[in-house]
Amino acid sequence: MSLGKWIGKKYPVNVIIGMVITGVMLLLIVMSFFYTPYDITKMDSASKLAAPSLCHLMGCDNFGRDIFSRVLKGMQNTFVIALLTVIIGTTGGVLIGAFTGFFGGWLDEVLMRIIDVVFAFPSILLALVFVSIFGTGRYNVVAALGVAFIPSFARIVRGEFIKYREMDYVKSARLAGVGRPRIIFVHILPNTFPVLTSSVMIGFNNAVLAEAGMSYLGIGVQPPDASLGSMLSESQTYLFSAPWYAVFPGLMIILLVLGFSLLADGIKANA
Amino acid sequence: MKYALKKFAAMLVTILCISFLVYLAFDLIPGDAALAALGTDVEPERLAALREEMGLNRPFLERYFDWLTSFLRGNFGTSYKYKLPVADMIVSKLPVTVIMALISFAMMTAVSLPVGIYTAKHSGGRIDRVITVVNQVMMSVPHFFMGILITYVFGMVLKLFTPGGFVSYKVDFWGFLSYILFPCVAIALPKIAMSVKLLRGSCIGEAKKDYVRTAYSKGNNTNKVLYGHVLKNAMIPVITLWGMTLADMLVGSIVIEQVFNIPGIGRILLTSISYRDYPVVEAIIVLIAFVVVATNFCVDLIYGMIDPRINVGAES
Repeated sequence: MSLGKWIGKKYPVNVIIGMVITGVMLLLIVMSFFYTPYDITKMDSASKLAAPSLCHLMGCDNFGRDIFSRVLKGMQNTFVIALLTVIIGTTGGVLIGAFTGFFGGWLDEVLMRIIDVVFAFPSILLALVFVSIFGTGRYNVVAALGVAFIPSFARIVRGEFIKYREMDYVKSARLAGVGRPRIIFVHILPNTFPVLTSSVMIGFNNAVLAEAGMSYLGIGVQPPDASLGSMLSESQTYLFSAPWYAVFPGLMIILLVLGFSLLADGIKANA
Repeated sequence: MKYALKKFAAMLVTILCISFLVYLAFDLIPGDAALAALGTDVEPERLAALREEMGLNRPFLERYFDWLTSFLRGNFGTSYKYKLPVADMIVSKLPVTVIMALISFAMMTAVSLPVGIYTAKHSGGRIDRVITVVNQVMMSVPHFFMGILITYVFGMVLKLFTPGGFVSYKVDFWGFLSYILFPCVAIALPKIAMSVKLLRGSCIGEAKKDYVRTAYSKGNNTNKVLYGHVLKNAMIPVITLWGMTLADMLVGSIVIEQVFNIPGIGRILLTSISYRDYPVVEAIIVLIAFVVVATNFCVDLIYGMIDPRINVGAES
């Protein structure tokens, strides 16, 4: 059996497309840590708003900076911020969800009320509150979005723990004298991974979109550092004369999110 | 009835919690109304005197209840920056944002319901496959980038509207509507994709259940089973999404307002954040939170109407 047939059998087409897109994106992001074709802050007045060409694959912006290099750096920033956000959100969510779901009782009631309150708040709004109190900048965005993402993960993990805590294998483990922390983290937690993985990937996408939205509003990554959102916001002034300035950063956000959501669909279908 | 009352009580508690947390958060920030009124290089004695006069030295809880009662009466405080009542600043802009959210919401329901049902009914067909792909792409487009694309295509190439040419609803209501239509499409499109996908999946999931076979065996045709039995159950997750979406649209319009240069609530919120004009930020955030919580309450009531078991379950 040829490789293509084997992959086609194992994964549906959309998952393969998702893998390819995500793979290419990840490669570009890894590359951006070591190499960008031009310095992202180097200005060149001769090539202001230059159209895409072989020298500048995606053209130049209003300062004559290479858009491709800035897009690479922007993707890297977006990726790192989204990753940190998801790590904070998942860690917090798993801890809260596991304990409330496993133990129940009044602590569960109180924590879930608080979670409901935070959940009712759209995450961008929460991030705006955060930024208005602590100021702008990438680490504040990470903290704000991370906290905003905790409730959704906590709810999912809690639901799973409620399902598993009454199961026979958990009861037998208890009878066998296994300690509660071990039951929670070693016996139950791995069973929540299939559900958790796809929601982590969806969470990652939401984080990418939220970060792009916040830097579009000018409260995320600060200039002269590059971010996809702030490039889009700058590009609007030159939309008519240099549409490529808007198209490429936007396209990269779409590809990043699309690749991940196709993958997430595949994982969900397998779970 | 008991179910509704219980949910209503929960809503009040949630609103109380949110307002408390927001007030607490903004109380912890260094700087207060007295400092904002006098500036930073003022003698400490005058500052202390003004603090006393404005009642800022009272205990936290007392100030909170004072603030809450005046908030509920429609007195949102005074802007640090413009020295205007916050209520006046918000009231003139509120209709713009609310109308935008409502139009987008109407667009979403009007499009996603028929499309979702169609794709579920003909799942696996050619049109369904095309729509599924389009959906997948739509969901990955950030709404502000959609806004930029719409500006370029419909505003600059096709010249269907003038980018940046917003007119107030007070001046020219129809001009206002025809401008607002484009940002609304930008807000609605990703949400349409989401709810089509959810509705389709939920219909197909319901159609596999036993009651559907029973309904068929009683002699119903596909349409009767779909509209009489399946849809009612399939709508429950969709209504949850719609409830959350209404809130998302209100907040989403904050970003879209920037794209289309519309002076709405989002504009005030962002400028107030950059000027550290806390009373305004506080008021807008609490107001949006109220709307969000009230929407959730309505969604809970609609659940009870669609599925009577939810009412009974909550009472037993």
